[in-house]
Amino acid sequence: MARSTLHPGSKTTCLLSVFFFFGFLSALPTPSLHGQEKPYFVTYSHDLEEPGNLEIESKTALGQPPGSHRYGALASELEYGVTGWWTSELYLDGQATGQESTLFTGFRLENRFRPLMREHWINPVFYVEFESITGADKNMLEVVGHDGQGDLAEPNADTRQEHEHEAELKLILSSNLKAWNISENFIAEKNLGHEPWEFGYALGAARPLRTLSSGKPCTFCLEKFTAGAEMYGGLGDVASLTLGDTSHYVAPIVGWQLPKGRLSFSTGFGLNGNSLDRVYRIGWASELPQIGTWFRHNGGTR
Amino acid sequence: MIPRNFGLLCLAIASTLLFCAAASFRWDRVPAKEHARTNPLASRPESVPAGALIYKEHCEQCHKTDAMGDGNKKPALRTDRIKSATDGDLEWFLRQGDLSHGMPSWSSLPQAQRWQLVAYLRSIQQ
Repeated sequence: MARSTLHPGSKTTCLLSVFFFFGFLSALPTPSLHGQEKPYFVTYSHDLEEPGNLEIESKTALGQPPGSHRYGALASELEYGVTGWWTSELYLDGQATGQESTLFTGFRLENRFRPLMREHWINPVFYVEFESITGADKNMLEVVGHDGQGDLAEPNADTRQEHEHEAELKLILSSNLKAWNISENFIAEKNLGHEPWEFGYALGAARPLRTLSSGKPCTFCLEKFTAGAEMYGGLGDVASLTLGDTSHYVAPIVGWQLPKGRLSFSTGFGLNGNSLDRVYRIGWASELPQIGTWFRHNGGTR
Repeated sequence: MIPRNFGLLCLAIASTLLFCAAASFRWDRVPAKEHARTNPLASRPESVPAGALIYKEHCEQCHKTDAMGDGNKKPALRTDRIKSATDGDLEWFLRQGDLSHGMPSWSSLPQAQRWQLVAYLRSIQQ
């Protein structure tokens, strides 16, 4: 069985990969920021990536289950706008737990589709994801079934042995009303290894602090900040649909648009005994505009 | 004697005319209420520079700095079609986008910023 721990021998390879990855990125067009997307960490709105753009995003989650060690989990995301109604994403997940180990915990491939080509009061988006992750994944990009803090407290040595192949479906409903975005996500996740369907939800609301643009390039002006909150949790599984025996969080969020990217912060507060007391999240997103055109112009294709 | 391909030629000409007619009347899709709207920020002096900044942040990557597009799929914005549109048409189109042709919906921009963008688009038509 494949082990995903980063042994010292593989660290050089890993560092070289990171070096080349960032070297490659530095050769690409200047990153920019496009303020369409909301600073949610778990909830999805109906904003899709602009066609031809590639967004590079990292989401870090920090927490400490009671009686266990602190951990930091990192999800690195590449998001590409295939068309105006289809966005595709690749996630690479990892985590480091104090006094235990640093692990690569797997990958996720997801696609989001807008079935309706017009803007409506409520805009549906279909979300389809395949995950290949280990039980050690602590990113909490969604909470489903009976997920709880106990799952996060188990030692990496045990959880890294659990390899999960999962399919996840989401129905994303989202509205933009008077500068507010209000989004609701209904989540159904199936472990392909004969586990039952599990369910979860995520709700989000966010608004820019100022709706008029000042007309001057600025970093600290109010229109560069978005504030809101999200709430997410599990709903049990097919055998027992419940709000109990699972975890729920409410998390104020702040997004800050910088000239080269978007910085997001959130502190999630656990709402019941199965939840972590706090989950701190930090996100960074930067966008490479019209990457396909850049490759055509610089790659020699005609 | 009528040439054998005369029918095909007529069909091609009719299709082209229909296509041109559909393209030039694209604003007919805008609901009457939206079509009649005027830009509430048009008289504010800061609207054009603010719209220019929004254009630079969100639109320039496709429609280019001079708003003349890329000559291919990304259309020019200094055209008779834009000139003939009302403020309401433009704001509606920005909000809706044209997802099937690659134009994203900008409904996530606050409406006030869409109006500022409309003011800028108007200013570059001269």
